[in-house]
Amino acid sequence: MATIVVPKHFSIQEDAETIRKACEGWGTDEKAIIAVLGHRNAVQRKQIRQAYEDLYQEDLIKRLEKELSGDFERAVYRWILDPADRDAVLANVELRKSSDEHPVLVEIACTRSPEELLCIRRAYHARYKRSLEEEVSDKTKGETRQLLVGLVSAFRYDGEEVNTKLAKSEAEELHEAIKDKKFNHEDVIKILTTRSKMQLQATFNCYREAQGSSISKNLPIDAKEEYVATLHVAIRCLKDSKKYFEKVLRNSLKRFGTDEDAITRVILTRAEKDLKDIKELYQKRNSMPLEEAVDNCTSGDYKDMLLSLLGNEL
Amino acid sequence: MRTGCYKLFCEDEHQFEWWNHNAIKNLKVEFKRFEDVVVLSLMHPWERDARLLKKALKKGPPQYNVIVEIACTRSSDQLLGARIAYHSLFDRSIEEDIVSNIKGSERKLLVALVRAYRYEGPNVKKDTTRSEAKTLFNAIKNVDTRKVMEDDDVVNILSTRSKPHLKEVYTQYMKLSDKTITEELEVELLLKETIECLCTPQTYFTRVFDTALRDDANEGAKKALTRLIVTQEGGEMKEVAAKFEKQIEERVKGAYKDVLVGVLRKEEK
Repeated sequence: MATIVVPKHFSIQEDAETIRKACEGWGTDEKAIIAVLGHRNAVQRKQIRQAYEDLYQEDLIKRLEKELSGDFERAVYRWILDPADRDAVLANVELRKSSDEHPVLVEIACTRSPEELLCIRRAYHARYKRSLEEEVSDKTKGETRQLLVGLVSAFRYDGEEVNTKLAKSEAEELHEAIKDKKFNHEDVIKILTTRSKMQLQATFNCYREAQGSSISKNLPIDAKEEYVATLHVAIRCLKDSKKYFEKVLRNSLKRFGTDEDAITRVILTRAEKDLKDIKELYQKRNSMPLEEAVDNCTSGDYKDMLLSLLGNEL
Repeated sequence: MRTGCYKLFCEDEHQFEWWNHNAIKNLKVEFKRFEDVVVLSLMHPWERDARLLKKALKKGPPQYNVIVEIACTRSSDQLLGARIAYHSLFDRSIEEDIVSNIKGSERKLLVALVRAYRYEGPNVKKDTTRSEAKTLFNAIKNVDTRKVMEDDDVVNILSTRSKPHLKEVYTQYMKLSDKTITEELEVELLLKETIECLCTPQTYFTRVFDTALRDDANEGAKKALTRLIVTQEGGEMKEVAAKFEKQIEERVKGAYKDVLVGVLRKEEK
């Protein structure tokens, strides 16, 4: 369930005006910006952008980029984008990193719905004038490339039907592929990049029944091997995305060494989807509400923005 | 009516007129072709392509070129539409079905081709096309070690790059070799057809038309005629078809011919 709180009555026109007033003069009234943008859904934010442009002949995003700074600016910028555009930007940022691993890309490819992934690919064309697959191809190689290209190009069937016989046989194939670290990557990639999510979850369940432990526990965690690391993220995202997001938050919310990028990403991309469930998981796992952890580890307007998206009334 | 159609009927020793079996067979085939054109024309293009893909998968290797044809000659959004329709019609994704039905070396290539969502703008990086032409050149040189269509880099290039980019790769290849890529790939027909459909579609269309209109054309070749004329909306097919119009008029008969030529002419308007 979503966490953002949208008021019953508001006017897009007034919103655009409020934001304009907040940006005028010396300094910026960040609280006013959060009060509006932190409580509007994707469709409404798009309308506000349009209204602002109609009223003031200026791109709201460019204005906010000028007025704001730091983590807060990054959060507002990403929040105000269309979800598909946002994911395209996140994918591009991830691919430009010099690391060989691209967990954010896997996260996007595996946790978004098939239709959302198509929209992201379209948004990527529009923004970067190349296809996402080309970008991934250029920045990766070997089996990691095969897996990543497969994951981002997948258009999985979205239905509930599951073929139990197939699940059992593919669980066996996966077992054969990963035991003894042999990794017949073609088989693993074939299964992970073509099957529907329901089918994959059935396969993972069959694996656990047959082997006595979950498949992610049986993957050797060899930090150097980026293919295995990528596989690991993919399997965890496909198996249980909420659990995955909870873990990302847990790892990022530390007093020292807070990973603002990760926190921003998870909260922004899930606020309109299932952040409520992730919050509940977080509370259960960490014996404290997510808001408290965010309060402890972040500060200023950035913190207020995040808390707003988490459903807090400021 | 019977007295006029002596070709269809013959009299036996009892002076009883009965159907000439061969004539009937031909008539049925003609009407089936007519039916095919009408049904295909009336379907939504996405459903049409999804059904063609399914049928091609069922028929096996001789029909895999249909998968290549659809994946490579449709626009990015048309191919996407076919994939969406496939979900609705068959409750599975096309990738799953390819993986389940094809076990051979073509699988990797075909899965990659149907998944593509190519950028459609004109930007092309010349440096990249040069190095990719080299990659293809080396893969073709090493064909004794491994089939070119099983080379991951080759499949990658062919399934992720935009068509303008690939056309440039095709041109760059000619600087490396005195043959074109397609001339070098006679042994791997499916790969050859992939490159033709992506880089030189007119060559592909010409060959399909030519094969379909020959005297010894088989059923599959003749069906290709219907398929191309009905499903290709672009100008390139029309240009090629114009060259074959006289032959079509001569070889194709009856109601089938009328509707086929009608579809061809209609698009010209």
